[in-house]
Amino acid sequence: MATTELSERPAKRLSAPATKRVLPGFGLSLGISLFFISLVLLLPISGLFIRAAGMGWEQFWFVITDPRVVASYKVTVLAALAASLFNCVFGLLLAWVLVRYEFPGRRLLDAIMDLPFALPTAVAGITLATLFAENGWYGQYLAKLGIEVAFTPLGIVVAMAFTSLPFVVRTVQPVLEEMAPEDEEAAMSLGASDMTVFRKILMPTLWPAIVTGGALSFARSLGEYGAVIFIAGNSPYVSEVISLMIFVRLEEYDFPAASAIAAVVMTISLLLLLVINVWQGRYLKRLQGG
Amino acid sequence: MSIEIQGINKFFDKFQALHDINLTIPDGQLTALLGPSGSGKTTLLRIIAGLETPEEGRIRFSGKDVTDLHVRDRRVGFVFQHYALFRHMTVAENVAFGLNVLPRKERPGKPEIRKRVKDLLEMVQLAHLANRYPTQLSGGQKQRIALARAMAMRPEILLLDEPFGALDAKVRKELRRWLRSLHDELHFTSVFVTHDQEEALELSDQVVVMSSGRIEQVDSPVELYGRPDSRFVFEFLGQVNVLSGKIRDGIMRQGDAWIRLPEGCENDDAQLYLRPHEVRLTQDASDRAHLPFRIEAINLIGAEVRIELKPDGWECEELWEVGISHTEFNARHPQRGDRCFAVPDVGHLFCEHAAEPTTLDWR
Amino acid sequence: MAARKHRRVGDSPVVRRSLVGLAVALTLLFLFMPLALIFVQAFAEGWAGYVSNILNEYTLHAIGLTLFVALLTVPLNMVFGVFLAWLVTRFRFPGRKLLTTLIDIPFAVSPVVAGLLFLLLYGSNGWVGQWLGEYDIQLMFSWPGIVMVTVFVTCPFVARELIPLMQQQGREEEEAGVVLGASGWQLFRRVTLPNIRWALLYGVILTNARAVGEFGAVSVVSGSIRGQTNTLPLQVELLYQDYNTVGAFAASSLLAGIALITLVVKAIVEWRQSRN
Repeated sequence: MATTELSERPAKRLSAPATKRVLPGFGLSLGISLFFISLVLLLPISGLFIRAAGMGWEQFWFVITDPRVVASYKVTVLAALAASLFNCVFGLLLAWVLVRYEFPGRRLLDAIMDLPFALPTAVAGITLATLFAENGWYGQYLAKLGIEVAFTPLGIVVAMAFTSLPFVVRTVQPVLEEMAPEDEEAAMSLGASDMTVFRKILMPTLWPAIVTGGALSFARSLGEYGAVIFIAGNSPYVSEVISLMIFVRLEEYDFPAASAIAAVVMTISLLLLLVINVWQGRYLKRLQGG
Repeated sequence: MSIEIQGINKFFDKFQALHDINLTIPDGQLTALLGPSGSGKTTLLRIIAGLETPEEGRIRFSGKDVTDLHVRDRRVGFVFQHYALFRHMTVAENVAFGLNVLPRKERPGKPEIRKRVKDLLEMVQLAHLANRYPTQLSGGQKQRIALARAMAMRPEILLLDEPFGALDAKVRKELRRWLRSLHDELHFTSVFVTHDQEEALELSDQVVVMSSGRIEQVDSPVELYGRPDSRFVFEFLGQVNVLSGKIRDGIMRQGDAWIRLPEGCENDDAQLYLRPHEVRLTQDASDRAHLPFRIEAINLIGAEVRIELKPDGWECEELWEVGISHTEFNARHPQRGDRCFAVPDVGHLFCEHAAEPTTLDWR
Repeated sequence: MAARKHRRVGDSPVVRRSLVGLAVALTLLFLFMPLALIFVQAFAEGWAGYVSNILNEYTLHAIGLTLFVALLTVPLNMVFGVFLAWLVTRFRFPGRKLLTTLIDIPFAVSPVVAGLLFLLLYGSNGWVGQWLGEYDIQLMFSWPGIVMVTVFVTCPFVARELIPLMQQQGREEEEAGVVLGASGWQLFRRVTLPNIRWALLYGVILTNARAVGEFGAVSVVSGSIRGQTNTLPLQVELLYQDYNTVGAFAASSLLAGIALITLVVKAIVEWRQSRN
């Protein structure tokens, strides 16, 4: 096939041989990945949306605007916001301390930072509930101050903050590590105070990472279930989270209602994921100057 | 083994990296692919190796069509720009890799492999580093190991991507000479990619100058430097002094500057290109040329004294540069700001309406 | 540490000490104390009490089931993760970005929703479930369902560990291997695997930790039948709701132990990578 065409070179790219891949395994890895993603991710997800779409708009609307459900949206979103805001501040502090200072126990502190990711949520849940219970290690002192955490929305915030703590730390840390000392030196040599340098030089570089970490933390908190239910008290209209609402509907064998609420939650999660991805893409592009 | 490249076109998405490349690389010679970054030279090298597939065109090794042959089966030696040594293997394991992955039937026995590795490491003069890991080596050592690894399969074609790019000047020079002597000894066909014109001219038998995915010129180093085909090649191969002007009745003019051209130059817009060593400096204008300058800077470092000149009464895009010997410098002692005149001995004239440049000789 | 001393923001001893102090205090309160509490509570009835709590018939069964689920899930996700990472870091093709976004979905989805997805599809009145029901195959409220949701929840971890590393290492070494004549398997085993083995190990350990500890999704599909479909985290919940706090924490201490091992492995992996 090779030699005959040589005298008259094929004029169009169409006749070019199918691009050979130099490294092996393209077909195999593409096949396995697509098969796995379709079967494990896409099929179940589309199943949910088809189920939710099948129930008719009116019924769907009725289910997802049920006052108890609406109350749970509010509780979840507010608690997740509070938790991720807390994590933005706490996470920045921890990342800063881990990167900038040398002190005994730094490595240990760094290692333990991932505990919330590694610890099963149910274990985190009963642990926090026990700590903050009326007679718990923390609860007894907080009670004296008149602060109740267990079985209140505040407990939800604590649980969400715990499980999503590492996000901000781990997104800010690498950015801090890569900052060149020269920028700060330049600003200081121009007479700026520490606080000014922090605000004008460091923050503009840091905040995209903080926002990304905060958004990830928020997304995770929205769906948190295991850690929350033990400490939340789960009283209707006050301290029920969305995930729990879905669970409650399931236990009532009300599958359509559960799917409807789940479809709402799923849509929000996917949108958040998309926004975070696009945002990260932009932000990375800007950093790399592309 | 010769390499014949015929009608190669290569696209990356919409971007055409190579335009209809035709080239023959002769057996046993050392050929340089020279060009600025983005000229397609590395892409061409990777196509020869089989690491990239062209959309169109054919590659033959001594007449045998290898276009559809997988890299694995082309049996070429390839030295990567950043060496691509296997970081978790020792030097010896790196060199032995190609032998160790041969199918069992073709694979030499363990003692034979050990002997071959030892010979190769001796060839690159690094036998004492056999048990080191790549991270423990200097750049020059890595380069030699990469070469030894590529040679382990006894390839008849050796391809090198910017082989000296990441090395400092001294090591670079050393390795260059060593590669030349190795090549002369073993006589494989070698192709290397470089953006350094000095390296290409010094090392190779044949230089292929590329720009924007096209071949500009293929020639021996002497021919290439002496008779560049195009402005691009001229400018790329070293310092150049340019006079742009109009030719009327055998005289080229611009502002106060003029040069009397040899017989046979048509009236046209033209540019005269002159290498620094093709120009002399004088105190007074001659009847051959009137090119007034002010001395802008004097650089004493090197075998010659380099004098930078600013046109006086005419214009050019970049300052002119002329080299004079230290003896001449000491005799005349030119100072910054002095007025002087340039007199060309040899020049290369690019006319708007002529396809090829003419070489002019006033001597 | 850095040889040159730069004058940097927050260098003054007062700022440094107070920030470090604050960070350490908060970490102690927020992370160390909860961890300590687990073990204090677990051993509240002494060593003998701890052992008898662990040897509880149902807890033992839950441990067995949890290990069994992890044993199926982890290799599956490891294979998938390696192939996906190879695909997106070694080839350019349309849809590559989309693929890497898709595998983040399990991170973003609430575990309860994840469980529901599978219940809807494979439950007794789901499409696939009904069809399987005709052949008397029941996936939900038994171990296959638990494995399925666990695979869903933990599928990104290996790929997420490998992709950045393999991207950063580039494909030159593999190209060098191919030029030298290596076949696909030889390339993976001799060139790629040695370079990624530590990240792969951490990915696997992390997958394992999450597989063992998954709660929300599993509780939707398991039915929590004591001695049958109860995994260890579900057993923790049951014991806790039975007011058997010590038993719940004893079971938790096993899970916390796995979490600690995960952290140690991560520290080792990072140390090894920073050495290169």
